[in-house]
Amino acid sequence: MRDSVRDNSLLLLPRRHVGRRRFLEGLAAGGVLLGASPLIRPVYAQGAPTSTGSPPELRGTEFDLTLADTPVDFTGRPRLATTINGSIPGPTLRWREGDTVTLRITNRLAEPTSLHWHGILVPYEMDGVPGISFPGIAPGETFTYRFPVRQSGTYWYHSHSGFQEQTGMYGAIVIDPAGGPSIRADRDHVVLLADWTDEDPMRVLEKLRIESHYYNFNRMTAPAFWRDARELGLRGAREKRAMWNETRMSPTDLADVSGQTYTYLMNGTTPAGNWTGLFTPGESVRLRFVGAAAQTFFDLRIPGLPLTVVHVDGQDVEPVTVDELRIGPAETYDVIVQPEDRPYTIFAQSMDRSGYARGTLAPRPGLTAEVPAVDEPQWLSAADMMGAMAAGGAAADADATTAGDSAANVAAGHSAAEHAAMAADAAAVHARHASTEYGPSVDMRVDMPRTNLDDPGVGLRGNGRRVLTYADIRTIGGPLDARVPGREIELHLTGNMQRYSWSFDGLEFGHSTPVHMRHGERLRVVLVNDTMMTHPMHLHGLWSELEAPDGEFLARRHTIAVQPAQRVSFLVNADAPGGWAWHCHILFHMDSGMFREVVVS
Amino acid sequence: MSGARTRITLALAASLLVASLPAAWAQMEMGAMQGGSAPADARDPHAYSGGADFTRGTERPVLMDHHRFRALRLDRLEAADVDGETVVPFDLEAWLGKTYDRGVLKSEGELAGGDLEDARTELLWAHAIAPYWDSELGVRYDSGAGPNRTWLAAGIEGLAPYRFDLELTAYVGESSRTALRFDASYDMLLTQRLILEPRVEANFYGKDDVERGLGTGLADAALELRLRYEIRRELAPYVGVAWVDEYGGTEDLTRAAGGDPSDARLVLGFRFWL
Repeated sequence: MRDSVRDNSLLLLPRRHVGRRRFLEGLAAGGVLLGASPLIRPVYAQGAPTSTGSPPELRGTEFDLTLADTPVDFTGRPRLATTINGSIPGPTLRWREGDTVTLRITNRLAEPTSLHWHGILVPYEMDGVPGISFPGIAPGETFTYRFPVRQSGTYWYHSHSGFQEQTGMYGAIVIDPAGGPSIRADRDHVVLLADWTDEDPMRVLEKLRIESHYYNFNRMTAPAFWRDARELGLRGAREKRAMWNETRMSPTDLADVSGQTYTYLMNGTTPAGNWTGLFTPGESVRLRFVGAAAQTFFDLRIPGLPLTVVHVDGQDVEPVTVDELRIGPAETYDVIVQPEDRPYTIFAQSMDRSGYARGTLAPRPGLTAEVPAVDEPQWLSAADMMGAMAAGGAAADADATTAGDSAANVAAGHSAAEHAAMAADAAAVHARHASTEYGPSVDMRVDMPRTNLDDPGVGLRGNGRRVLTYADIRTIGGPLDARVPGREIELHLTGNMQRYSWSFDGLEFGHSTPVHMRHGERLRVVLVNDTMMTHPMHLHGLWSELEAPDGEFLARRHTIAVQPAQRVSFLVNADAPGGWAWHCHILFHMDSGMFREVVVS
Repeated sequence: MSGARTRITLALAASLLVASLPAAWAQMEMGAMQGGSAPADARDPHAYSGGADFTRGTERPVLMDHHRFRALRLDRLEAADVDGETVVPFDLEAWLGKTYDRGVLKSEGELAGGDLEDARTELLWAHAIAPYWDSELGVRYDSGAGPNRTWLAAGIEGLAPYRFDLELTAYVGESSRTALRFDASYDMLLTQRLILEPRVEANFYGKDDVERGLGTGLADAALELRLRYEIRRELAPYVGVAWVDEYGGTEDLTRAAGGDPSDARLVLGFRFWL
């Protein structure tokens, strides 16, 4: 959320020529100032450099956090970051379930700020959303948050003001269960994945407004058409492109902002910096992955190590072992691994394959393992545009993946595709579009969305690896409440990529009215994604209990990623009175208006 | 010369066909997924509010849907040699506004020998009417050689299926003058940065304007081809070739004045925006 236009102090530093590789890979010494020229010294004079790498841990019940602009250098171009206690990531807050925590937040920035405790159940006044929970924290002011800790697990916190989350204001929260650990591991590492740009985020958004494909360097080209024509025939190549050309949509619009400007970070460390998590051979290691990126979905794997997913969005889940998982902005996934006496690369490629975050899991410092090449980007499929109306494509591939068919590929036989399409059809539900979805704010509507939660999503289909899907995640303990929902509300995720506008039901926040939930009611929420991007939807203050298409309980989530042309449903217990934010956790989508207020009263 | 004319006429006919496609597509299946009008039983997006208001006691957040964005685009700034003289055609556009309503300034013309040879400047209110289309209403001012002319302008601009950029504007001026302008272009990506852009433009007038050398009917048509390299998205030098032909009364007036109604030129220029 935006309190004021961010000042442009980020851009006051001189630009130096930076090689492309150095830029993507970042500096090995990220964050440490080496040989600063006299010109940039005035900026650095504002404070000590940002410390990066494994975040410091703060324990207890009383916390003092200072939010300030501190200098950082990830690419050879010094910039100012917005940081918590001078580090990226901010300190890991270690709480104990049952305690009451007090957090005194001092704003040393030149603009208003806030901290939001993501996934934490707090009274709404403590939720940290300016304009909904409280007025925000003015420059120079100290705000005190205080609330009882009623849960345990892995969470995170971040600024909910301006673009501060993009410029470094995020950290992890780890809450120890009151009754002792429910998951046993010999070693524990928090791993925050993020994206960093040297550009002013406001400028990034302005560029997207002028040319929404600005950062996409994987667009359809004429030579690719002729290559396809040789393989598929002229007609085949034309048909492959027909629906994209007719709708003016792009099959490669996988990330609005790419490695063209982003350097992807693992615990505030560039790929060249190689964040390293240590273990002693024989130990089981719990890795608490946090999607702290402003815009980026990461496809995460550790070649050579199966990942046993045990905890998702702060909830213990029935263990499921996979090779790879997709982690979107605001999601958290805890995995257990059993490394042998050798180094392993933790590899998190961006969903659009324009770059990656990378670190190493090693028995000793200084070791590295082979870093894989990024995969070839896939095109969005017909099912990503037309949902259950599409014959084949995504559903078939997803089917093959979950069936463990390592030989599955995009060109899998037509019969499998038709089978899957029929299966999808059986479960197909008609979407109920809002009257405001027929205007200029909405570039696409899906009449019969797909409901296949077992689809790992574009880029992961049929890649030969076992990929986690939403159908695989089952929260231990079942739903919070056995009541059947009293009513159902349906909202559509909408946007216009060309205009770069994002909304619910075709209405940006500025034109919206709040969604009202009666205090104490249990209701079903249906989200239909009418866009061609995946949106991680975060409902503040209330759990989102994801259901399978047949209504079976799957998982208690704080953030649910809805794929293109997909319909998901979840149950909500409206047990926390007050005003709550509900938004897409892709920062520029939220800031563009894909945002609602929920009022529970 | 007649070869050039045939080429331009064919390109123009093809472009007009393309321009008519959006309406045709609206009837087709894809069209059902985009734009259109809401059925009577469409969901009320405010129904879930139950009359609830936003949280009181704090100022409601203001997001980017209330922000005024702005842009300055120099789509063409080029130099060409015409009969030994360097002319500098330009085409710029500036806009300021929110997502669905913007003020737009367009200026297109040609400098020769340091003088403004000819320019068409328009000040328009662009209003989004469909996912890919804006209506444009405003004024046009023609300056340069001959007496200046002022027009009211009404048109549409947007992206047609198959990603053709189209612009169609009608004008009404003093002394019941009327005009119609059509502009279409397409970006063909040879690589992610090397882009071939064909463009056609045609101008029609409803009445002779001898003082400005314009005759009734199709006055001129241009077929242009530019190959640009996007060093950055914002900065792309290009080379190109342009054929411009005059027709009917306009052609006659040019001939009578000793001019050449048909022109083929090589251009060198750059595209820039910020």
